[in-house]
Amino acid sequence: MTGKRSITLLAILVSGLFLGLGAAFAGEAVEGTAKADKLESCVEPTDVMRRRHFEFIKHQRDLTVHQGIRTSKHSLAGCVDCHARKDAGGKPVPVNAEGQFCDSCHDYAAVHIDCFSCHSTVPGGK
Amino acid sequence: MSSVNDQGRRDFLKKTVAATSVTVAPGVVLHTLQAQAEPRTTPVTDKVRWGMLIDTSKCADGCTDCVEACDRENGIDLVNKPEGADDALWERQRPHWIRHVKLRDNMTGRITNLPLMCQHCEHPPCVDVCPTGASFKRADGIVMVDRHICIGCRYCMMACPYKARSFIHAEVAEKLTRTPRGKGCVESCNFCVHRLDNGQTTTACQDACKHQAIVFGDLNDPQSPVSKALKQYPSVQIRDDLKLNTGVRYTNI
Repeated sequence: MTGKRSITLLAILVSGLFLGLGAAFAGEAVEGTAKADKLESCVEPTDVMRRRHFEFIKHQRDLTVHQGIRTSKHSLAGCVDCHARKDAGGKPVPVNAEGQFCDSCHDYAAVHIDCFSCHSTVPGGK
Repeated sequence: MSSVNDQGRRDFLKKTVAATSVTVAPGVVLHTLQAQAEPRTTPVTDKVRWGMLIDTSKCADGCTDCVEACDRENGIDLVNKPEGADDALWERQRPHWIRHVKLRDNMTGRITNLPLMCQHCEHPPCVDVCPTGASFKRADGIVMVDRHICIGCRYCMMACPYKARSFIHAEVAEKLTRTPRGKGCVESCNFCVHRLDNGQTTTACQDACKHQAIVFGDLNDPQSPVSKALKQYPSVQIRDDLKLNTGVRYTNI
């Protein structure tokens, strides 16, 4: 009887340990949690976005800073808002973190981006 | 002479309190509309010139509400002291968009408090000296820094007579979407430009001032509270000898 009890206790302890480990990895992004994951295409057709997204962002940046135009169609804030995934706890994961939306292509293409040395990598504080 | 002045001030206080209570009411309505307020889709024009009037007689000694509100609104409170940085150096060099200035008349001992921020000059010296065009004046009179082209030379900091600009010395870990911020650029008060572009008509410091010492609005609109107050009461530009035609004016200094 005591043996059985101690085994149960051990099992609870071990499962608790695994749960603890799970919590430690809670920073991992969960697929399908970004708004963009549920959409067919971006603000322009996918091939256009792949080829020209930087032109769109750069154009919009000048319009925003100098002329005050704050539409979100081609804004970097719009990119982050839509493409940042969340972790298991619902916390947004930086869009430029390893393996995330920006990094996955830019790492492959070996193109370094400077956007996020100033801009926020998670939605918030609009 | 002093009695005449005092009378003027009393009148000013009375009338301004009345004026602000009127302006606060539509302000509240605007706040509820702000959630639906559409972001700007057309370029700003020079039909509007944003400006501010600060009544230093209402600015209370020891109150830092406007500075704290500015820090929260613009993510300045998220800028931490770089690791290993000297405390005194950090205190001198940390970013400030509003500085709380205390003046003391040595002759009379009278103390005046005032918030000092970018004065949004019509002829801004910071724009004159900028070698890249990063420091610029928007059509609606807001003097800003385009950080995309700022090279961090800090000429503008030297040129500004109001010590309004700050330099970001180290990388900033956390920033808000509305206020990007990175190592190696200057920055200063921009009249909460993100609010104005999204259809709001107030600044964070104005909203935070419980003494209602700050009136903000369109200087080109004769019906705006700030224009009315400027028309009615004597105001000064700080360093008006420089003929910069500042957008921020003060009364009772």
